[in-house]
Amino acid sequence: MTGQVSGEWPLYEVFVRGKRGLNHVHVGSLHAPDDELAVRHARDVYTRRNEGVSIWVVRSSAITASSPDEKDPLFAPSGDKVYRHPTFYDIPADVPHM
Amino acid sequence: MSVVAEPEPEVEPESQAQLEARFQAVIGRKDRIEPRDWMPEAYRRTLVRQVAQHAHSEIIGMQPEGSWVGRAPSLRRKAILLAKVQDEAGHGLYLYSATETLGVSRQELTEMLISGKQKYSSIFNYPTLSYADMGTIGWLVDGAAICNQVPLCRTSFGPYGRAMIRICKEESFHQRQGYELLMTMMRGTDEQRAMVQESVDRFWWPSLMMFGPPDDASPNTAQSMAWGVKTHTNDELRQRFVDMTVPQAKALGVTLPDPELVWNEQRGAHDFGQPDWDEFWDVVKGNGPCNAQRVAHRKRAWDDGAWVREAALAFANSENGETSATSATSKSNESNQSNETGTA
Repeated sequence: MTGQVSGEWPLYEVFVRGKRGLNHVHVGSLHAPDDELAVRHARDVYTRRNEGVSIWVVRSSAITASSPDEKDPLFAPSGDKVYRHPTFYDIPADVPHM
Repeated sequence: MSVVAEPEPEVEPESQAQLEARFQAVIGRKDRIEPRDWMPEAYRRTLVRQVAQHAHSEIIGMQPEGSWVGRAPSLRRKAILLAKVQDEAGHGLYLYSATETLGVSRQELTEMLISGKQKYSSIFNYPTLSYADMGTIGWLVDGAAICNQVPLCRTSFGPYGRAMIRICKEESFHQRQGYELLMTMMRGTDEQRAMVQESVDRFWWPSLMMFGPPDDASPNTAQSMAWGVKTHTNDELRQRFVDMTVPQAKALGVTLPDPELVWNEQRGAHDFGQPDWDEFWDVVKGNGPCNAQRVAHRKRAWDDGAWVREAALAFANSENGETSATSATSKSNESNQSNETGTA
């Protein structure tokens, strides 16, 4: 993954933790020659106004994503399972703490 | 990259005292500790014990309900129960992942469950004897779990708190489906109403035990609260659960099997009897009705699944070996596409 780089710097995806206790959230991407510089660039590009307490960078090529074409077969099966939601169940309004 | 013109000054590695002080400052601000932060070894051990026990409880918790999926009385009820058991598996996985951020491997955790070195909630060592138990578990057992878990969303260890937030969102369905099941049975025949009452009678005391021993017999509570791992004592949460449950029982039309249960006007809370703590400790030690069966089942699933884990790994390794050259180019093409989303 960190093989010889030629031509354009590789693309990195950047994830920032806004504050302690929160998940790292994807904020965007940038190019950098290596992992360490990707962190530094991410600091400069994405956290100039105190947006975060922690940064993750990962080579874009290391990310495996679901394909938009497969959206239906992947997610449709959960669409008709309304019983997975609490609102599916009728509980009288006068039953407290439910 | 920084260009260093002169030798960098010798930086003293942070002393233990400084590390401790910074850790305590984070805890003191009620802020969260994250996996890459320094933490005292005892804090790490406490969390491994607690989060692993929580994860094991979710995984073992699939068994008492899973055994009723095939026997649930309608397709609707089967689908609901199956969805709930799936959620328990998911909750176990969220929590195992959180535990792994503390430097324990998934395999070690599974082995510690099977060997009995780590525990799971004692409630799952009680059998599910009737279909009404599916409702009672949702209402009382998941109700108690919610009582326990809502404050844990603010626990001091980040990954544990985040797992709890996801779990609590999903847990509401569990409690409501249980209560709705019981309401449906209570609108049925005398026999069905009796089934509900009998089930509640069996699960009431074990549900109260879910909060753990009384505060004066809970040696870990003080330290856990000082670290912000726990935010309420066992007895506080037990009280909260009783106060929430009493009106629900009334609306349902069942009695809770505690002759000492009475509203205390002065305290603004219910007085109630104590569970049989000798029974509690006996079940914790492994002598409950289902301890051996639950662990044996988990061990069987683990052993029987070994060939699947090995085969999947062997397949992945052979795929990587054969196509590493070509997959490298196809991946870099994909990364150009993902640039669009990345910079949008």
